[in-house]
Amino acid sequence: MKVTFPHMGNQYIATKVLFEELGVDIIVPPVCSKETLEIGTKYSPESICLPLKINIGNFIESIQQGADTILMSGSCGPCRFGYYTMLQKEILQEIGHNIDFVLLDPPQGDYKTFVNRIFHITNTKNPYKIIKALAQGTKVLYQVDELDDIAYYKRPRQRKIGEVDNLLEQFQKEVRNVKGYKEMKQLVGETKEKLMAIEEDPNKEVIKVGLIGEIYTIIEPFVNLNVEKKLGEMGVELDRSLKVSRWLTEHLYLHPLGLSMEKDIIKEAKPYMKTMIGGHARETIGYAVKYAKEGYDGLVQIYPFTCMPEIVAQSILPTIEKDFDIPYLCLIVDELTGDAGYSTRLEAFVDLLKRRREMKEDAKLLSGY
Amino acid sequence: MRNCYLGIDVGSVSTNVVLMDENKEILGKVYTKTQGKPIDAVKRGLKEVQYQITDEIKVKGVGTTGSGRHLAAMMVGADVIKNEITAHGIAALNFVKGVRTIFEIGGQDSKIILLKNGIISDFAMNTVCAAGTGSFLDRQAARLDIPIQEFGNKALLSENPVRIAGRCAVFAESDMIHKQQLGHNQEDIIKGLCDALVRNFLNNLGKGKDLAGPVVFQGGVAANVGIKKSFEEALGFEVLVPPHHEVMGAIGCCLLAQEHASKNNGTDFKGFDIVHSGYQVKGFECLDCSNGCEVIEIMKDGQLTARWGDKCGKWSNNITTDQEKLA
Repeated sequence: MKVTFPHMGNQYIATKVLFEELGVDIIVPPVCSKETLEIGTKYSPESICLPLKINIGNFIESIQQGADTILMSGSCGPCRFGYYTMLQKEILQEIGHNIDFVLLDPPQGDYKTFVNRIFHITNTKNPYKIIKALAQGTKVLYQVDELDDIAYYKRPRQRKIGEVDNLLEQFQKEVRNVKGYKEMKQLVGETKEKLMAIEEDPNKEVIKVGLIGEIYTIIEPFVNLNVEKKLGEMGVELDRSLKVSRWLTEHLYLHPLGLSMEKDIIKEAKPYMKTMIGGHARETIGYAVKYAKEGYDGLVQIYPFTCMPEIVAQSILPTIEKDFDIPYLCLIVDELTGDAGYSTRLEAFVDLLKRRREMKEDAKLLSGY
Repeated sequence: MRNCYLGIDVGSVSTNVVLMDENKEILGKVYTKTQGKPIDAVKRGLKEVQYQITDEIKVKGVGTTGSGRHLAAMMVGADVIKNEITAHGIAALNFVKGVRTIFEIGGQDSKIILLKNGIISDFAMNTVCAAGTGSFLDRQAARLDIPIQEFGNKALLSENPVRIAGRCAVFAESDMIHKQQLGHNQEDIIKGLCDALVRNFLNNLGKGKDLAGPVVFQGGVAANVGIKKSFEEALGFEVLVPPHHEVMGAIGCCLLAQEHASKNNGTDFKGFDIVHSGYQVKGFECLDCSNGCEVIEIMKDGQLTARWGDKCGKWSNNITTDQEKLA
């Protein structure tokens, strides 16, 4: 059995550790690239959302390297994502890949199937071993997400532009060569130290932007055309509303127990959206309000073309823009998105935010006299 | 000797060069077609603007904008490289007092810029289709065999405009042909097209935005009086077309260069002599990883001066070491 899984930002690092600790053979799909997208677009329905196309590309690239089992997570379908596994199974079958699909949906009463699936994919029936590996995987996920947070802080402040991303790129390459929790932990630790040591330029003007929108597009750098790097190097410190680590804790650990970390966010979203409408629309709205209240300079929303929940959120965001006087930019991505137009919009948005900041500071100075 | 600022806007259809003095007076302006050769267009623009100047001048700063801004910046040695939205916004702010809304329609894109308290507060660029931009109008004028300069005047003669579907360039064209085969006269069809484009612009870009006056209409298409009239009819108030509407992007660059010069010393401008330099562009596909980036190399008089297009920065970053090796 050789297990593979789709990419989603840093998630693959944790999944790799999880399976290596269990002694299961895995194939990490190659980094998402133009080729991944081309393969995915070729075999997917034309109007499906972008993440499915990338997933299909990942799967086929892994199958070419010998994978025979695919692990997908689900979330009981708050949007089209809920049907991904079925559709992907059909697509792969149609082009002649008879692949074992294992779906890990949160158990909705049917614990027997759920547990059997876990035993199947983990190749063991020892619950202690599974729980230990899962805990280690989760830990790595949190550590890697912490690296991202440090990078958000360092990117706009680095003296030599590009240093942060060179380091992270190096890290992504080395991740593929290390094995198991111990080695990974060490690599992450070393990278963290190097990141922290990057020289800062104290004179750089830094503005703060909240990144909101559909989870996959804001997490996977290839899909959002490296928005974090682009904005970071223009002098923007980011905060991302959704993270894989938070998502995992929420859906895997807390949700089955009826708990939630997102109570604040739901409360913030309430005046604009009272109920869950699917996807992460409510989180998008909630985080937008939260960032606005925390004094962020602007908001950037990203979502894949045809994403219904985010379209609803998009139509509400101008009201938040007005209510809190916070500028907002919406970017929609799909396989036809052009880099140049995208960069122009981001550049203009950052200009706008910087000018606003200058005006505000001038006004403060004047009123001080 | 007058101190001047140079602004260059390299767009898809036209390349504009403007020379402005310290009192924001336009000394020279050139509007020339890019015709797919931005390097030649920049050289031609510089040459022509040089002819227009009689006084002795000193260039204190250079700014570039438009989709070819990086290429132009590399050629002339720009101090400021800015996106089109900021450049257009700055220009309108300086030439029309209290402007609140800017419509800009260029060759390949159209944008709307909203301003509040003298700064840009919101903007949008066309995302769906190029219907309504300059190149589409150019094409239709050519098809109807009317010089583009007279296209707008024809629309003014219309008494009974026809309704044309303006959502998409292809459908707009087939709809126009359909109406023409039914026997509608040309003026009514042209006016119908202007109305459709304005409707499309306001629906696509202006949706949900508070369009307050004064409204400024700039970009190459602002020369078209038919579109201007259609805008006024749709909005119900006057739309201003500033005197240098077709080169506003370049003017914005001059203003940004002036601002830059006031804060920093010196300019990177390489002088007007660069029009005599030979530039070659070479491209290759880097096959070192699966991204397959298309890397562009710019050679000036046989020497490598710039590279871009790579995602990882491997090629664009090691340009300086190459130069050292050559020296």
